Amino acid sequence: MIRFEEVTKIYPGGQQALNRVNFHLQPGEMAFLTGHSGAGKSTLLKLIAMMERPTSGQVFINGHNLNKITKKQVPFARRDIGMIFQNHRLLMDRSVFNNVALPLIIEGYHLSDIKRRVAAALDKVGLLAKINNMPNTLSGGELQRVGIARAIVNKPPLLLADEPTGNLDPHLSMEILKVFEDLNSVGVAVMIATHDLGLIARMKYHTFTLRQGQMIHDGLSSSDLRESEFEPVI
Amino acid sequence: MSLLFNQRKSPGANSANPGHRLVMYFIRHLQQALASIGELWRMPISSLLTMAVLGVSLALPTTLHLLMKNGQQLRSGWDSAAEITLFMEEGVSDSQTQKVLRRIGLYEQVNKVTYVGADDALEEFKSLSGFGDALSYLDKNPLPSVILVIPTTQYSSPEGARELLEKLQQQPEIAFGKLDVTWLEKLSAIVNLLDDAALALGILLLLAVALVIANTIRLSILNRREEIEVLKLVGATNDFIRRPFLYTGIWYGLIGGLIAWVCVSLILWWVEGTLLDLASQLGSELTLSGLSFSEFLILIALSSGLGWLGAYGSVMRHVYEIEPENQL
Repeated sequence: MIRFEEVTKIYPGGQQALNRVNFHLQPGEMAFLTGHSGAGKSTLLKLIAMMERPTSGQVFINGHNLNKITKKQVPFARRDIGMIFQNHRLLMDRSVFNNVALPLIIEGYHLSDIKRRVAAALDKVGLLAKINNMPNTLSGGELQRVGIARAIVNKPPLLLADEPTGNLDPHLSMEILKVFEDLNSVGVAVMIATHDLGLIARMKYHTFTLRQGQMIHDGLSSSDLRESEFEPVI
Repeated sequence: MSLLFNQRKSPGANSANPGHRLVMYFIRHLQQALASIGELWRMPISSLLTMAVLGVSLALPTTLHLLMKNGQQLRSGWDSAAEITLFMEEGVSDSQTQKVLRRIGLYEQVNKVTYVGADDALEEFKSLSGFGDALSYLDKNPLPSVILVIPTTQYSSPEGARELLEKLQQQPEIAFGKLDVTWLEKLSAIVNLLDDAALALGILLLLAVALVIANTIRLSILNRREEIEVLKLVGATNDFIRRPFLYTGIWYGLIGGLIAWVCVSLILWWVEGTLLDLASQLGSELTLSGLSFSEFLILIALSSGLGWLGAYGSVMRHVYEIEPENQL
């Protein structure tokens, strides 16, 4: 589903964010991307979302080389990727319905289709009752779930989540993860960037670990993955 | 329209029927046009203030245009009033006078010939000058007989009338002729200057309208930076994002144009009262012509076009600049 080949990203100014990264996320797979802040998680996700371009190397999604996607095609390619953000990035002056409907409005769906799909997406995250609320009447966990509903409303085959549980307590975090697991069970590939090791320790999921821009671990998460592995070698 | 996953379908976007897609295209434009009115309505005071600025800016060139138009109508009246006065030699007999009149009347450049005999001239002078009785003390009529020649429109321009005058003066019975065109020439030079100045001023004011709209749209884009970033993240094209701003620009221009029309109508109504007063005192008929329907349409089209242009300039610079980069 996602394949990185020798991807290096150096920002203008010389900061090296990723150094010859290789990995492969299988279709329909759910995986975690971990590492300290500054390890390159965000850069890796930005490369997948085409918000940045690699300095060298290639990124493939479903076999398509992203280097060949032109600037004009980027919006269309992004419609295939559902993105979830730590601070949910909802528009606070629009209702839950209008926030979730955004990707469908952009694609030009009929209003009847939009209503049906928004209701289905909100139902999946358990917020159908709040469809007409304004975002400022919702709790942090609910906002995050509205964000997920917006990401899945046009049924993208790939979901990217950047610290989706960053602002939530453990109980709410588990709820959110449960939503991702449900989505994954119907075939959606999910990639979740997180530094919340407690969250992944209990799960048997594919985990990619970045340290200082290099992929240092690529395998199933398990108890042998300890905190010490994240510490930079001095 | 899936780029990365060929097997994926989005039924809403890919309607099979092209006619239906075209209809949807217009419906979506209409929706966005109406949505941008709603956007303006959410901040009625600041939107109205901007529109008022546009209206006043547009009212000035429109008023200038009306001044030029009415001025031109007045001038065309003066042009045809170019009249040649021919003074007869003393002691020309009646039969000779008749011959001259007939001869001049046959000139193809001449539209109308009027003879004012010396006695008639004296009568007229008595009644108009107010000297009245004083003139009756004169033992001899001091006024010459006069022929008034009105040239055809083709020869009523200053140059044409002068050419005709030269010809007429060569008649032996004519002492001399007079044609007062220098003031006409001066006037038309001044009017031309005013026309040019009005045109330059009008262009500057129209430019101001475009710039005001560009700046308003720029601020509105920067205010909605967050929204634009989110739209780009969920896959909106630049076209989609800029459309509401372009419509907002058009609305600003359109409503500004309507305000300008109201302003100009009020000015006309105000001036017409005093003008009628003046006309009755001068004993002549003066009418002001206002904006015709086609001129009204041109005003609205021009202001909407300027709105679009200003918005387009801002959109091209700012919507493309904003990229979601700070997060994720």
